[in-house]
Formats: sequence, C-alpha cells, structure tokens
Amino acid sequence: MYWQKDQECLPRPELLKLQLERLTRTLCRVANNVPFYRNKFSELNLHPEKMRSLEELRDYPFTTKQDLRDNYPYGLFAVPLRDVVRVHSSSGTTGMATVVGYSRNDIVTWSDLVARILCGAGVTPDDVIQIAFGYGLFTGGFGLHYGAERLGASVIPISSGNTKRQIQIMQDFKSTALVCTPSYALKMADVMMDMGINPNGLSLRYGLFGAEPWSEAMRQEINSRLGIRATDNYGLSEIMGPGVAGECQECNGLHINEDHFLVEVLDPDTLEPVAPGEVGELVLTTLTKEAFPVIRYRTRDLTRLITEPCPCGRTLVRMSRIMGRSDDMLIIKGVNVFPTQIEAVLFDIEGTEPHYRLIVERENNQDKLTVLVEVVESIFFDEMKKQKALVETIKKRLASELGIGVEIKLVEERSLERFEGKGARVIDKRQL
Amino acid sequence: MLVEQIAVFLENKSGRLAEITAILAENAINIRALSVADTADFGILRLIVDKVEQAKAVLRENGFTVGKTQVLAVEVEDKTGGLARVLKCIKEAGINVEYMYAFVNKTGENAVLIFRFEKMEEAMATLQKEGFTILSREQICGL
Repeated sequence: MYWQKDQECLPRPELLKLQLERLTRTLCRVANNVPFYRNKFSELNLHPEKMRSLEELRDYPFTTKQDLRDNYPYGLFAVPLRDVVRVHSSSGTTGMATVVGYSRNDIVTWSDLVARILCGAGVTPDDVIQIAFGYGLFTGGFGLHYGAERLGASVIPISSGNTKRQIQIMQDFKSTALVCTPSYALKMADVMMDMGINPNGLSLRYGLFGAEPWSEAMRQEINSRLGIRATDNYGLSEIMGPGVAGECQECNGLHINEDHFLVEVLDPDTLEPVAPGEVGELVLTTLTKEAFPVIRYRTRDLTRLITEPCPCGRTLVRMSRIMGRSDDMLIIKGVNVFPTQIEAVLFDIEGTEPHYRLIVERENNQDKLTVLVEVVESIFFDEMKKQKALVETIKKRLASELGIGVEIKLVEERSLERFEGKGARVIDKRQL
Repeated sequence: MLVEQIAVFLENKSGRLAEITAILAENAINIRALSVADTADFGILRLIVDKVEQAKAVLRENGFTVGKTQVLAVEVEDKTGGLARVLKCIKEAGINVEYMYAFVNKTGENAVLIFRFEKMEEAMATLQKEGFTILSREQICGL
C-alpha cells in the first residue's frame, strides 16, 4: 500500500522542515548553475542562502513554458550534459517542445515516485502491468516503466496503439494492471465488445490513468465496463513526468509528492494564493531534481487542494483532478493544442486575420477537433476542385503542425460571432 | 469575348439560395443563368446576371463571399448533338472543362452553353476557328 511509508506519512511539521531545507538548497543550486535563474534572482535582489521560511518563496519569480522554450534545448540544465543520463521532451507539438533532462539520481527518484503512485493505486510486485503509453520523448511510457520495474512488477512495455493486439496480449499475458489514457481505456472496452471478449474473463484489476483530463463519470464507466479500479495520476514533463501526484485507493484526490515538489495554488490573474480548497492555478517547484530543477513553474492547470487528512494515512496533501486550464490550451487525444497554432497556420494560408472556431467533441470516447473556417474572398474559388483542395491543404498543414488529425468545415463569411478583444474561439463540448 | 460570372460561397443551410435571389430581385438584377455545385458541407453558386458589379456589391453588403470569374458562352442550335460538337472540338484541342452549365433561350431555337475551361483563351480561339458563335454578356442579357 505504501512504497516509501516514512516519507509518504511524514508528520507535517517534519515535512515542512524538510521542504525548507530542500528548497533553500535548490534555489542556491540554480542561482549558482543556471544563468537564467541567477540573472532573475540578482535583478530582484534575492538571496536564497538567507532563506528562513517557505513563505519567502513568494518573492521568487515564476517560470513559464515560454521560459523553457526560450532556453531550448539545454539552457536551464543545472548540471553539465555529461551528468545527464536521459533527455525527454514535453508532449507539446512541433516548434513548441521543451526539453528536460535527468541525472542518474533523478531517474532513481522518478522511479521511486512512480512506484509510490502504483502502490497507492493498489499495484504490488505480483502484478503484471501493461503500459500502453507511448514510449519515446513523451515522459509517460518510460516514466511508468521505470517505476513499475522499481516496484518489482512484471512490465509489458507494449506502448500505445494497435488496440486488438493490446487486448490479445492482455488475454495471453494475463495483465492485471493497465496504464494508459482514460479515453484509450474506454476505446479498449469498445474493441473488446467488437471482438466478443468479456472483460470479466480477463485478469485486469487496476487501471492507472493520466495524461488527459477526465471525470468521475468516466471513471465509473471505465470501472464498470472493464471491471477494474481506475485511479488518476498527474505529472508533467516540465516538472518530471508521471509521479508528481496520484490517487490512493480512496479515489478522492491525488496525493502530491510534497517531499519532492512544493505546491502553490494561485489565482491565475492576481497570482496571489487562493484560500485553502479554492480553485486556482497549480504552481510547482522541484525540491530534489538535479539536472532540471524548476522554480515556481506555472502549470496552467486548475485544481484545488484538499487538506483534510486522508483515511489512507498519507500526510501528503491532495489535489482535485484537473478542472481545466488557465490558458486556452486544449488537450486533444493527449496532445497539447493551442488555438494560436491553428491561427498561425490559417493566417499563413489565408493571408489575413482568420476567423475560425474550434469545436472539440468526444465521439465514441475519442476526441474530435473540428475547425470552422470562414471563407473569405482570398480562399474562395468558383471551382469545386480548388475549393476542396484548399480544405485538404488546411487539413494537412494542421495535422502536421498539431500532430493530430482535424476536421475542417468551411463556413460563410461573418457567420461566426465576433468578439471584442480576445475571443472565445473554442467550444469544448466534451462532457467531462 | 469572355463573360463575367459571379460565384457565391454557400454553406449548406436552408434558405440561403432564397436569400440571394431575394436580394437580387430587390435590386432589380436579372439572373440570366445559374448553377449550383454542392458537396455535403458547402456549395458554390454561379450566376450570370445583367448587372455584374451591382450584383457583387449588394451580395457583399449582405455578407456573402463573392468571387468573379470569366466564362465562355457558346451559342448552339438547340438540336441533337449541339453540345457534343462543341466538346469534340475541345477534346481534340486537348483542353479540360472545369465546369459547365447551359440554358435554352426564350425562342427555344438556340441553347447557350456556359463553360469554364482550364485554358480560357485557347478554348475561345479554338471554338472561334471552328465557327462557333461566342456570345458577349450584352448578347446574353438581350436574349
């Protein structure tokens, strides 16, 4: 049930002491080793070595995704490259990617934290874990893989895709735990039905899901259709990958591994802390990472903290499942999509400020993105062949920019509502 | 003697065509010929009217996307094989037809074929050489 009981159940006063010690050390390290932080700290006249309380962190500057991009690829590394044993990247798409690195110790820490999540979800060394996350630069696959090995479970590194084969392997290898996105789990349930396979005949008992927002209703559906106990876990490559937080078997909020990450929940507009239990933007500071420490990273994910003690005995604070984003980023099929990316492609084709709307739906538990594009004179042709070719061009350009397929629907000029200032260009119809 | 045609982008939703014809009627613009090309998602309306610039302007004012293209109007006798003769000549010249539509004039003696070719100038020269009657906009509107 616990992987590192002493740490996971550390009395709060001791945890806070440990956090202050680790925070001071981290701030001093980045001030010494990373010019980006050194410059920012000295501009603000900050002296981490004099830090006396955790509250002083509020004086420190935020780190944003843009900062990570500006320092692409290795600018924020705090150790020389020879001490980096692994490099990963955010799931962000072409041109938006951010690079992160791990030292040997970081990999050990990461594995332990993922092992905690697995234990919390009920997985033991006797389990057979089917990892249906993509392996590669995305942190999901390898993150869970190393954690599962650390735990001592049997790992099936099947990666994502080829659903029929996934199910075949699940039957033959008697997988007991499934790791993937929640929507993929539901897709598997659909395919099982098509294949005439009764999930109750499988050995599956646990599902560890992450990498996209989902709802309690979806959990119930997954549980009943696959006959498992589904838990949510949270992570982001900029901070580490999976293992930042995960649900215990109470299934009521995700315990944040606070001995390794300092958590703040702030009002995204004022950047002041919200009252306990209120919804705000999650801001994380790494406390133990060597290769890629991050100070006050604005995750843009909205959540709220649950400070009541958990019956599981862990003293680590919980966060609610992600309730949305404080920016306009969409997560579609697990991929980060910014409306601005779509705007840029349309601008390139149209040559004028495009009027468009994004409609996100969930069909058969799969995300579907439709882009409505207003037909202005510069992209209007009286020949059907050319008009259809335009649709294909937009489709292809967007698919290569975003990394996911999209539908294009041409609409009449001025048929989309106009906004003053920043428009709400996204209609998210997904019932989460 | 190319003829100007206007094209309007249409979303497939009810009443759009009625709206366009009403706007033209209110502005005393006469439609001489039209065709609608459509897919499941959208359509393209092509029109030959007596007052091209005015038609374009009023449709634009009403929020439509309007394009202007040049087409070729060929007059043939309204008899069996009329269109076939034109197309045979075009085929032999190796010219592609992008689209076409036709109408029969009031007297019923002649038919007018409206063409958009891949190579407009070449098509016109070929048809003229073969002795086909090419109509101007004024002639179409006078029919």
